[in-house]
Amino acid sequence: MKKVDNEVIVTEELSKRYSEIWAIKDLSLRVFSGEIFGFLGPNGAGKTTTIRILTTLTKPTSGCAWVNGFNVLEKPEKVRESIGVMQQHLSLDRDLTVRENMELRARLHHFEASERKRRIEELLDYVGLSEYADRSIEMLSGGLQRRAMVACSLIHKPKILFLDEPTVGLDAHTRRRMWDLIRRLNADGVTIFLTTHYIEEAEALCHRVGIIHLGQLIALGEPSELRRKMGLYTVVTVVENGNTFYKYFSGRDIATEYIKSLPSNVKAILVRESNLEDVFIELTGRGVSED
Amino acid sequence: MINALRDIHTVLWADLRVLRRHWLRTIATSLINPILYLLAFGYGLGRGITFWGYSYLDFVVPGIIALTTMTGSFNGAGSKLHVDRLFYKCFDEILMAPVSIFSIVMGKALAGVIRGIIGATALLLAGLMISPKIAASPMFLLFLLVLIISCFVFAFLGVLIAFIAKSHQDMNTFSNLILLPMTFLSGTFFALEGLPEILRIALHLLPLTHSSLCLRAAALNQPFPWYSLIALIGFGVAFFLGCILILKKTSV
Repeated sequence: MKKVDNEVIVTEELSKRYSEIWAIKDLSLRVFSGEIFGFLGPNGAGKTTTIRILTTLTKPTSGCAWVNGFNVLEKPEKVRESIGVMQQHLSLDRDLTVRENMELRARLHHFEASERKRRIEELLDYVGLSEYADRSIEMLSGGLQRRAMVACSLIHKPKILFLDEPTVGLDAHTRRRMWDLIRRLNADGVTIFLTTHYIEEAEALCHRVGIIHLGQLIALGEPSELRRKMGLYTVVTVVENGNTFYKYFSGRDIATEYIKSLPSNVKAILVRESNLEDVFIELTGRGVSED
Repeated sequence: MINALRDIHTVLWADLRVLRRHWLRTIATSLINPILYLLAFGYGLGRGITFWGYSYLDFVVPGIIALTTMTGSFNGAGSKLHVDRLFYKCFDEILMAPVSIFSIVMGKALAGVIRGIIGATALLLAGLMISPKIAASPMFLLFLLVLIISCFVFAFLGVLIAFIAKSHQDMNTFSNLILLPMTFLSGTFFALEGLPEILRIALHLLPLTHSSLCLRAAALNQPFPWYSLIALIGFGVAFFLGCILILKKTSV
């Protein structure tokens, strides 16, 4: 059993190889109790592989991971009891209703009949699905399906909730409702580990983010801290041949000075606050949403 | 032990909910093939033919019941599991739950057993009208026991193939390469005695052959092939262990 202070997720040099490709390589990170931790990276960066290892669905090739103090390889059943998981894809039984899916989860976690009924009603109300409880999963919109998945993942009162791309494919309005739900869960004491490739999601929700690229952790910290390290202000310049350049500055004054020094072939200039995408581009040379 | 039984029931529970919703469709789809075989081979091709002193209909009904247990149990256990595992990925939710591999395999197999029994019972009732000799056989209870064992054997096979398959194509390939030849060659529609020695030996490597032999002997009150019953149980144990091993290998 490995646990330091309030660390609830610990990985040490975690690696996973599929044939000749390393999905993740020497990943070491810590997630603390009560935080919303965002794992940010483009598709194929290794986010889902990390979640699958942490949730005991995939064995790592090397390295160790502890969740809630339990080694994922030595005590997978203990890990499973203490976590909830919402996968990237719809992972509910489409032949069952929302209530039946929740009942299945409650039964799998050995809830007695009366407790099961009470917990299901409580959660349906919590995620706002009471009126859809007896509808087949297939008949729900994407946003309602996500909420049903959250409800199912919470049935056994997990201390940590893993959300793999929780808002992918949702419209802007539904995405914000999902964010509200995630914040509410966190306020109620659930530690959240989420993966996303949406910059604004990581910035809006996460206390800390880890940026992953080609299976390796390339930055870790609070969003504001990462932006400060790189430069809080970004000057975007477009030159005559259409190429765009980014330069980062710690203050607006320095950025303005730089603009004055630009040559005449610059077609357009924009000064704005830096965001996590800038951090990612600076570190990797490509955007988060690029595949 | 009580926990294991409770978990088996839980895994089965979800499949039973689906079955309850689509019970009519389940019965109809599991009966269509055997009824077509019965009409084509029993009433059509086999009219006037006798085997072991019985009419061809009396002879073929137990074989078609064996066939129904195979398709019903195999598809009942394997089809949904394979789709849930590879396409909907909702099988991951069961893998992540604090439930033993044994319970998962048994729960999923029982879903197939129940579907197999439903199909076989419906066909048996039809078969009893066509060939009442089955119920009159002193070995009728043994007939029912073999039927249930057969359901388990093919349900475990369905679970095993659903665990091994990496695509929908893999399931189709298995059906076409193994189940289809088994359907026609395993003594379902004819006696194996007339076949060349080498082919007869090869056909004894298929579980449906033993299921057909046992069911037919019990239905027609013939000397019972106990070695076939042992072989059938052996197949069941092997498929069950295969399920456990493959699930152990793939999960943490």
